[in-house]
Amino acid sequence: MSDPTHLSLAEARDALKSKQLSAVELAQAHIDAISKSRALNCFITETPEFALAQAQESDARIARGDARPLEGLPLGIKDLYCSKGVRTTAGSRILDDFTPTYESTVSANLLRDGAATLGKLNLDEFAMGSSNETSAFGPVVSPWRRAADPDAKIVPGGSSGGSSSAVAARLCLGATATDTGGSIRQPAAFTGTVGIKPTYGRCSRWGIVAFASSLDQAGPITRTVRDAAIMLRSMAGHDPKDTTSVDAPVPDYEAAVGASVKGRRIGVPKEYRIDGMSAEIAALWDRGAAWLKDAGAEIVEISLPHTRYALPTYYIIAPAEASSNLARYDGVRYGCREQGRDVSEMYEKTRAAGFGPEVRRRIMIGTYVLSAGYYDAYYVRAQKVRSLIKRDFDEAFASGVDAVLTPATPSTAFAQGEKGSADPVEMYLNDVFTVTVNMAGLPGVAVPGGLAANGLPLGLQLIGKAFDEETLFSLAAAIERAAPKIELPQPWWREG
Amino acid sequence: MTTQAAPNKLISGATGDWEVVIGMEIHAQVTSNAKLFSGASAEYGGAPNDHVSLVDAAMPGMLPVINEECVKQAIRTGLGLEAKINLRSVFDRKNYFYPDLPQGYQISQYKHPIVGEGAVIVDVSPSERITVGIERLHLEQDAGKSLHDLSATESHVDLNRSGVALMEIVSKPDLRSAEEARAYVSKLRTILRYIGSCDGNMEEGSLRADVNVSVRRPGAPLGTRCEIKNVNSIRFIGQAVDVEARRQIGILEDGGAIAQETRLFDPGRGETRAMRSKEEAHDYRYFPDPDLLPLEFDQPYVDALRAQLPELPDAKRARFIQQYGLPPYDAGVLVMERAAADYFEETAKGRDAKLAANWVINELFGRLNKEGLDVARSPVSSQALGAIIDLISQNVISGKIAKDLFEIVWTEGGDPKAIVEARGMKQVTDTGAIEAAVDAVIAANPDKVEQAKAKPTMLGWFVGQVMKQTGGKANPQSVNELLKRKLGV
Repeated sequence: MSDPTHLSLAEARDALKSKQLSAVELAQAHIDAISKSRALNCFITETPEFALAQAQESDARIARGDARPLEGLPLGIKDLYCSKGVRTTAGSRILDDFTPTYESTVSANLLRDGAATLGKLNLDEFAMGSSNETSAFGPVVSPWRRAADPDAKIVPGGSSGGSSSAVAARLCLGATATDTGGSIRQPAAFTGTVGIKPTYGRCSRWGIVAFASSLDQAGPITRTVRDAAIMLRSMAGHDPKDTTSVDAPVPDYEAAVGASVKGRRIGVPKEYRIDGMSAEIAALWDRGAAWLKDAGAEIVEISLPHTRYALPTYYIIAPAEASSNLARYDGVRYGCREQGRDVSEMYEKTRAAGFGPEVRRRIMIGTYVLSAGYYDAYYVRAQKVRSLIKRDFDEAFASGVDAVLTPATPSTAFAQGEKGSADPVEMYLNDVFTVTVNMAGLPGVAVPGGLAANGLPLGLQLIGKAFDEETLFSLAAAIERAAPKIELPQPWWREG
Repeated sequence: MTTQAAPNKLISGATGDWEVVIGMEIHAQVTSNAKLFSGASAEYGGAPNDHVSLVDAAMPGMLPVINEECVKQAIRTGLGLEAKINLRSVFDRKNYFYPDLPQGYQISQYKHPIVGEGAVIVDVSPSERITVGIERLHLEQDAGKSLHDLSATESHVDLNRSGVALMEIVSKPDLRSAEEARAYVSKLRTILRYIGSCDGNMEEGSLRADVNVSVRRPGAPLGTRCEIKNVNSIRFIGQAVDVEARRQIGILEDGGAIAQETRLFDPGRGETRAMRSKEEAHDYRYFPDPDLLPLEFDQPYVDALRAQLPELPDAKRARFIQQYGLPPYDAGVLVMERAAADYFEETAKGRDAKLAANWVINELFGRLNKEGLDVARSPVSSQALGAIIDLISQNVISGKIAKDLFEIVWTEGGDPKAIVEARGMKQVTDTGAIEAAVDAVIAANPDKVEQAKAKPTMLGWFVGQVMKQTGGKANPQSVNELLKRKLGV
C-alpha cells in the first residue's frame, strides 16, 4: 500500500478491517511523519511507544475479529486534555512537568474505542488565542503556504493549532480539539480541515483543563466530514462526573453523512454580512448557499439581531470564568513555583513567571469585570446579552430553519506576527462568526469551501439546533461533495 | 428590626444604658459520608491529606458534582428551622487566594440560597422565651487547614477538610445579650442534632460561630458592628459578646467611633483583637459557578423529606407538657437531647411521669454532667431507673434510700430490686418498729420535746433523728404521723 498517512480515517479503518494494512504499519507511518515534521511544531509531547503498543493490541484484536470502532486509528490529543501518565501542559509554563494520574473522559472514550494516540498537540496557552502564537512551546506552523509568498510562516489558527496543522499535514488521522469561542472551527477553516464543536453538554469536560466552563466544548478536527462523524460518536456521551454533560443517546453520526438535505431550510443571517467583509468571503458564502440549494435545500434570509454584541460579550464572560478557573495555578500543589518572601509574593512571582502575556491579560480583564462595582455593568449585562443571542437562534429555529450558514472566519489564515501584536482586539476579531455559537451552546461545524486567491483555504460554518449534530453532518457532507476538492499541501516541511 | 431589649438586659455604662445587638452566622458541618462536591470521605481526623480526591486538590480539569445527601440535609435543616425552602438555588464562586483553598475559590451560595427565612424559638430561662429570626441557610465548601508549626521556613496544608459540606445558618440581629446568644446556639445545636444534619461537635469544629456584635442606646438606630470570627464553644460565644460589647461601649463613651472590622476572640486573655478592617476586606468577585447547574427540586421532594423528619424539640416539648403534665421548663430540659428525651419516655412509661422527670433531670443528668457523659453512655439504663422509681412508688424504699440505690446501680450495676432485697434496704413500714424508735428519741431528748411544743418546726429535727436510728429505712410518712401524735403538734 502507498503512504497510509494519505488515507482518511474512514479509509484507514476499512483498510485495517480488510487487513490490507496493519495497525502497527499505520502507527509507524504516522510516527515517521511526525519525526520528520518537527519544523511545524505540532506536538508538545510525542508518545510513539504508547501508540505502537496500542497498535499491537489493535492488530491482535483485528486478528481475532474483535475490533472496536476506532481500532488502531492513530490520533493526536490536544494538550489541554489530561493524559494519564503523560505530561500535560495546556501550552503553559505554569504546569511545568505536571503529569496527571487520570485520563480525561473524552480521550478515555477514544482509547476505549481502540484509538492509538500519538502524543499531545500544541495549542495557544490555556486555549487563549486564535493563531497558536501564545503557546509557551512556540508557535505552530501551518502546512499551508501563500502562493505568492511561500517563505511566510502561516498560522494554523487557534487555539487548536497543533490539532489543525497536524491533521492537515497528515501527522495523524484526526485530532481532538476544544472550542470556547471558535478554537475548533477557526483552525479547521484555516487549514482546509473539518472541525465540529458539538452542542454544549454533548462531550464531557472532565479532565480537560478548563478555560471558560460555560463555553468550553470538546470536538474533533479531521480531514473529512465522515471522519469527524466517526470521531465525535466515540468522544460524545454522558458523564456523571460532569453535571453539565447531557444524558442523551449518542446517534450514529456517520449514518447522517450521506443523508439527503432535500427540503432542509437553511438560514442565512443578514447581520453576519459585517462591515468590511471581503468580496472573497462574501463570494464564498454565496457559493456555499448555492451548493446547498443545488442539493435540494431551501435558502432563507434570517435575522440574528444581537450578533454584533456577541464578540464584546464573549470577551467579558470568557475572561471572567477564566480568571477564576486559572486561580488554581498558584504554585502550591503542582506546576511551577517561584519562591517569595511570603505566600503573596510566591503567588505573584509564580503566576508572573508561569503565565504568558495573553493569559495574564485575560485574567486581568476577568478579574476586573467581576469586581465589586463593575460586576453589574459588565458580567451581569453580558449574561443578559448572552440570553438575547440565544433567543435570536431559538426564534430562527422556531421559524422553521434547520441550520444556519455563515462564513467560518472573516479572512484566510495570516502569517506569524501579522495580527494582534499592536492591538489584541485585531486577533479577537477572528472569532466574530464563531463566538455566537458558544454563547448559545449550539453545535457548529467548519467545512472547507475551497481556496482563496492567495492559495489558502476558506471555510464555511454551519450552525445547528441543540443536539442536532446529525443535520450538520449531512449538510456539511453536501458542501464537501459540492466544493472544489482541496489538495492538501505537499510536505515541503519534512526533514530527511 | 424593632426588637428592643428588656431593661434588665441593658448594659450600664458610665454615661447611661447600652443595648447590645447580636446576629450570628453558624457554620455547621453537614453529616454525610462524602464531601459536598467530591466522593472523598468527610470523616474527621485521619492522617493529613488522607481524605483528598482529585477534585478537592483542584487538579486541572476536575469538576464538582453535588452530593445529594448534603442537599437533603440542608432541606431537612431548613424544615427544622420552619424556613422557606427554595426549590431553585444557585452555587456561586467566592474567589480569593489562600494555600488551604486549592481551587482559588470557595463554592458557596450567595444570591440564591437553598433555604430562606425561618425562625427558632429559644428558651433563655425558665421564664423567658424569645423568637430568633433566621435570615437564610446556604451550602458551601469548607477550606483545608494551614499548618505553620511543622517547619521554621515553610507552611504545610492539610486538605482533609477541603470540600467538606457546611451549612451556614445566618440569624437576623435579634439577640440582645450574651445569655440569649448562648441559648440560641444551644437551641440550634439541639435542632441540628435531632435532625441528624450536624453532630454539633464544637471541639472538632463541626459547629463554629461568627458573632456580629454592635451596641446602641436603647431605641437608637443600629450601631456599627464587628464580626468575631470562628468562636468554637458556647461558653466562649457568651464571653466574646460581653467582652466585645464592653470594648465598643468604652470606645463610644470616650467619644470614639467603632470601625467595622473582623476580630478574633482570645479566650485566654479575655479580649477580642482586630483581624482585618473593612478596607482590607477581600473583593470576593462572586459569580455563579459555571461548572454547576442551578440546584432544582420540586415540592414533593421537600414534602417527602418533611414526612421523614423526626419529632422536633419544640413539638416534643409541647407533647411532654400535655401528655405528662410536666412543667414547661422541665419539658424543655428533657428535650435538649433526643437521646435524653427518649430515655425519659422509656423511664416514664407506665409510671409517675413527674417523678420520672425529676429523677432524670436531677439525679441522672446531674450525675452524667459530673462525669462528662452523654445519656447514651449512662451506666444506669432507663429500665434500671424505672425499676428504682417503681420501688419508690410501691413504698419499698424511701426517696433517700433510692438515691443510695441509684449510686449503687451507677457504680456496680445490677438489678435494683435484687440489690434492695440483698442489702436489706427495704423501707420499714412496721409501725411497731417505727414507734419504738420514735419513743426512744423522745425519751432521750426531753428538752427538745419542750422546744418542739412551742415551735412545731422542730419536728424536722425529730424526723431526722428517727431516720438515723432506723438507718433511713423508716417510712417518712409514718414517722411524721407518729411524731406529730406523740408530741402533740
